[in-house]
Amino acid sequence: MTSTHDADGDLAVRTAGLTKRFRSGQVAVDGLDLAVPRGAVYGFLGPNGSGKTTTIRMLLGLAHPTAGRAWLLGSPMPDAAARVLPRVGALVEGPAFHPYLSGRANLARLDAGDATADPRTSRRRADAALDRVGLSAAATKPYRQYSLGMKQRLGLAAALLQPRDLLVLDEPTNGLDPQGTREVRHLVRELADGGATVLVSSHLLAEIEQVCTHVGIMSRGRLLLQGERAALTEREAARLAVTTRAGQADAAAEVLRGLGLADVARDGRALPGGAGTARLTAALGPTPPEKVSAALVHAGVDLVGLEVDRPSLEQVFVELTGEGFDVAR
Amino acid sequence: MSRAEVLDGPGAGLPVAAPAPVAFARLLRSELRLVLGRRRNLVLLAGLALVPVVIGTVLLVTRDSALSGQGPAFLAQVTGNGLFLVVAALFLCLPFLLPLCIGIASGDAVAGEASAGTLRYLLVVPVPRTRLLLVKALAALTFAAAAVLAVAVTGLLVGAAFFGVQDVVLLSGSTVPVGEGVVRVAGIVAYVGLSLTGLVAVGLFFSTLTEVPVGAMAATVVVAVVSTVLDSLPQLSAIHPGLLTHHWFDFAEFLRVQVDWGVVGSGLAVQAAWVAVFGSLAWARFTTADVTS
Ligand SMILES: Nc1ncnc2c1ncn2[C@@H]1O[C@H](COP(=O)(O)OP(=O)(O)OP(=O)(O)O)[C@@H](O)[C@H]1O
Ligand SMILES: [Mg+2]
Repeated sequence: MTSTHDADGDLAVRTAGLTKRFRSGQVAVDGLDLAVPRGAVYGFLGPNGSGKTTTIRMLLGLAHPTAGRAWLLGSPMPDAAARVLPRVGALVEGPAFHPYLSGRANLARLDAGDATADPRTSRRRADAALDRVGLSAAATKPYRQYSLGMKQRLGLAAALLQPRDLLVLDEPTNGLDPQGTREVRHLVRELADGGATVLVSSHLLAEIEQVCTHVGIMSRGRLLLQGERAALTEREAARLAVTTRAGQADAAAEVLRGLGLADVARDGRALPGGAGTARLTAALGPTPPEKVSAALVHAGVDLVGLEVDRPSLEQVFVELTGEGFDVAR
Repeated sequence: MSRAEVLDGPGAGLPVAAPAPVAFARLLRSELRLVLGRRRNLVLLAGLALVPVVIGTVLLVTRDSALSGQGPAFLAQVTGNGLFLVVAALFLCLPFLLPLCIGIASGDAVAGEASAGTLRYLLVVPVPRTRLLLVKALAALTFAAAAVLAVAVTGLLVGAAFFGVQDVVLLSGSTVPVGEGVVRVAGIVAYVGLSLTGLVAVGLFFSTLTEVPVGAMAATVVVAVVSTVLDSLPQLSAIHPGLLTHHWFDFAEFLRVQVDWGVVGSGLAVQAAWVAVFGSLAWARFTTADVTS
């Protein structure tokens, strides 16, 4: 089989123009071009209803795209589902199991459906997975009696029944206590260290921000931006704050505009420098800060202070989507 | 998937799929354990098993009263020969109780997994959709067989215990020995079981249409009821031969001196047609539908 295309051989997940229009007419996913490099921990972010779960359903072959294509581990979905999905562990829109079966029996049930699973090791793998998510003590309890967090953990255990090359985790921290959330982060890091690629969706940015190497931000079905996490919070979105003598504010603004900085504004807030100073802010863009200070000094502006404010991922997100994370909470 | 297909792509220890029949058998075992181990289904089977017990007890108690001998066909014969309790119980369960139980089990097959959300996890395991549907169909058919057997076996046990087993008097009045009588009753049980396969297929199809199991169950039972109603309208006699329930009571054929296999065969052919049509519809629907539950 030669399904590994040259162009995306190093991508664990790739989509091209992936689109989903529901029968209601709503376009839940709109021309998505995802690129998740192998070995990445890809934070798939977006507010409620932005299309994350719908995208994941299409990636896994549960829903058919209206247009566009998707590849998992280099093979086209859903055509290659039987070959690819055994190497993919997934959590889709929360855990779901048979309420009257125990956690262990539920895992056995899923394992029985896996043609690539060895029945002789089924029990051992199920117990190892339960152990990994801290559920060993509740292995024989009926799922119905699990707490929300225990259910979520069982969902993760199901994704870990077999060794995986790719994990697609939709809101894995949903319902978990802070300790559980930390454990999930730890688990994700561990999986990535083991060489797996992890695509993890969330509307709670803070919960996964620390483990992501890559980030994609969705809003209203569109991918607003994706790339390495470090690059996203780098210069492009950084803001510059310049403090000068009050009388030189206009001259300084002139200089900043002359450098091509956008969004130059006077900050009206009370300043630590006292009444004699003025503060200007601007979007830094690709301009190096040292060039700004040199230009200001060259123009004879007394520089009282110059700060570069690199935004947190959350700030980038809010700026892009215009929706606070509060909506999600 | 062929036996030794090894996955491409980088990485060692790539998973190798078991041969399809092996994988199928493993999933089927899991499914049967789920369906036959489920408390609701066991209650249904127990309820069906209770029917011959109740009938037998009523007949036993009223045996020597003026009420004896009244009621629908086959019933009168039970007190003379316990074997007929099997026939009488099936006769009484066939119009509604059996379709109800079968509608519940087959309507739940796919819709139940969809409503619980477990369907999406089975599909990403991945269980190929055609394999899953086949396994679901076989499990639903097994439940239907179990339902018929629950009635038949308790009917036989209770009938033998209460009334004994004698030579069988056929519809024409002639008598056949016990051995042949048992074979004929077994034929009735098999015919009734096979007569319900069409309904299983209908239920399975409805089950692929919805995430609400109760809806699929109800719709399935309604189909059986409507079929019976249409079958009772002489104006529609042109379509009667094709109706799902029209041939259900042809099991009486097994109690004629000469069993007319043409009648039995056409009854089974109609079921086969319903299975083919609704099985195909279920397959077409299930293999293409978005799973959004
Ligand atoms: N089966 C469906 N039929 C019609 N519309 C749907 C369906 N499923 C989802 N949608 C719509 O598609 C949009 C995207 O939904 P989706 O579940 O993908 O969002 P999400 O990003 O996963 O949100 P959340 O963070 O709340 O999980 C929503 O507006 C939703 O109403
Ligand atoms: Mg979602």
